[in-house]
Amino acid sequence: MSEKKTNRRDFLFTATYAVGAVGVGATIWPMIDQMNPDASVKALASTEVDVSLVDPGKTITVLWRGKPVFIRRRTQDEIAEARAVKLDDLKDPQKDEDRAKDPEWLVMLGVCTHLGCVPLDQKGDYNGWFCPCHGSHYDISGRIRKGPAPTNMEIPKYEFVNANTIKIG
Amino acid sequence: MSDHDYTPKSKVGKWFNDRLPLLTLANHLTDYPTPKNLNYWWTFGGILTFCLITQIVTGLTLAMHYIAHADMAFESVEHIMRDVNYGWLIRYIHANGASMFFLAVYIHIFRSLFYGSYKSPREIIWIIGIIIYLLMMAAAFMGYVLPWGQMSFWGATVITNLFSAIPLVGEGIVTWLWGGYSVDNPTLTRFFTLHYLIPFLILGLVVLHIWALHVPGNNNPVGIDIKKPSKDTVPFHPYIVIKDGFALLMFMIVFAFFVFYTPNILGHADNYIEADPLVTPAHIVPEWYLLPFYAILRSVPDKLLGVVAMLSAILILAALPWLDTSKIRSAVFRPLYKQFYWILVADVLILGYVGAMPAEGLYLLIARVATAYYFIHFLVILPVLGFKEKTIPVPLSITEPVLGGSVNFATAKNKESTIDK
Repeated sequence: MSEKKTNRRDFLFTATYAVGAVGVGATIWPMIDQMNPDASVKALASTEVDVSLVDPGKTITVLWRGKPVFIRRRTQDEIAEARAVKLDDLKDPQKDEDRAKDPEWLVMLGVCTHLGCVPLDQKGDYNGWFCPCHGSHYDISGRIRKGPAPTNMEIPKYEFVNANTIKIG
Repeated sequence: MSDHDYTPKSKVGKWFNDRLPLLTLANHLTDYPTPKNLNYWWTFGGILTFCLITQIVTGLTLAMHYIAHADMAFESVEHIMRDVNYGWLIRYIHANGASMFFLAVYIHIFRSLFYGSYKSPREIIWIIGIIIYLLMMAAAFMGYVLPWGQMSFWGATVITNLFSAIPLVGEGIVTWLWGGYSVDNPTLTRFFTLHYLIPFLILGLVVLHIWALHVPGNNNPVGIDIKKPSKDTVPFHPYIVIKDGFALLMFMIVFAFFVFYTPNILGHADNYIEADPLVTPAHIVPEWYLLPFYAILRSVPDKLLGVVAMLSAILILAALPWLDTSKIRSAVFRPLYKQFYWILVADVLILGYVGAMPAEGLYLLIARVATAYYFIHFLVILPVLGFKEKTIPVPLSITEPVLGGSVNFATAKNKESTIDK
């Protein structure tokens, strides 16, 4: 049997495998997808925060989707410091203008982009945040400056509903 | 093996055995010819079986009182500690049992490394062992999450975030593992389910591990192939059973010391604070048995490469039977390998130590050197050593060096002449 001819049986085998594979896939997918965020988790997608009591130079932390969100009302000095940084000095170059639409308010996920710890406020070499877990330093715009974290702290989708209320999500 | 000819003595026994040969199996296990020179480093297989059974039994009883819910888990563990009859004892046995399990498994693994037990024809035993070890780490990690303390929560966050290092699909995988956008109740319930499942997977693999062991039989301190049964072997029962039993007793004394005198010394005080998603503890360190790998993770400045290095450090062990090119199994006859072996032991201990220290300054430098050496040992030293090393001649049987007084025929002759004088 040096040369094998394709016959009817080969076709039947191939067709059976193909249909079988689709069936197995269709059965397994619900078992895998049940582990993804469910409807009740997704329903908690947005949070409104009253920021009228936050003084300049202070940060509040709110919980959104189980994660901390830092809302910092920055002082004029801090804004100047954040905007003066050269993009060449940054590991993940991003302008402060793109991170804080209203320069006074920095709204970002308080989650270190390395392995997910919560960085400490007003600590580290860049007067911003410092992650105690593996030593990442962030500046006053939440950009990574030193340490193992690969990217800047994430800016969530948010908007000012009115002058005193921020809606996150 | 002689157990094919086995016939039970009683009529009922024969009737049963013809239908399900359990008695043949029991006979095989009792008569199983074992090298007569096995030392106490060989008793850890039995000790590990004991550890697994202990974890399963104490785990089952804890599960009768534990509640896998983010709002209630922490309190239910305190309830076990304070209210449940002997709850404190069962939980302390279970928690310290995990550490004892790893202590025993590390001794078991390093015994294999010293005596070359992973080499042909025992590669499959070794690889099944590595899979068991990986499952043990998964079970231990998920078990540590269940009390829902600060270390539980942040340990879970950091470890699951390791998957976010995978390009493109990483974030999706992490969300899938969590069942949400952070570690929360869905994460806890699935970890509980898997923590309950894994020990039984391990039990199944242990059966395969022993089955695979019983095909070629035990390696031994001399590391040579022996005839079975022969003058070089003894039946498993009663010889090895008694020796294993005595070693187990000694091990249980150490175990009991931890449970009754310092039940919390291997844990972290932070885990007696309930999980708080807004505050990360100042020092996050894994349990002691994961520290060497944690040090490797932190010694690499890049996130993805750090994770790759950590996983490789474990998976490289699976390739060991092919990385070690030496035909001689036991380090007793490999003077150079013996030295490198002890350097590796020291290297892993150093990695464990720096893993517990902050990743900065001198600690970081030491961690990097030790990480590099770990990989050099397996990828460079072992393959080269097999060709370069001048080994000591191995004896032809276990009995020979005992009777001849030396491992080598020529020296044995010399000895005889000295005795004659």
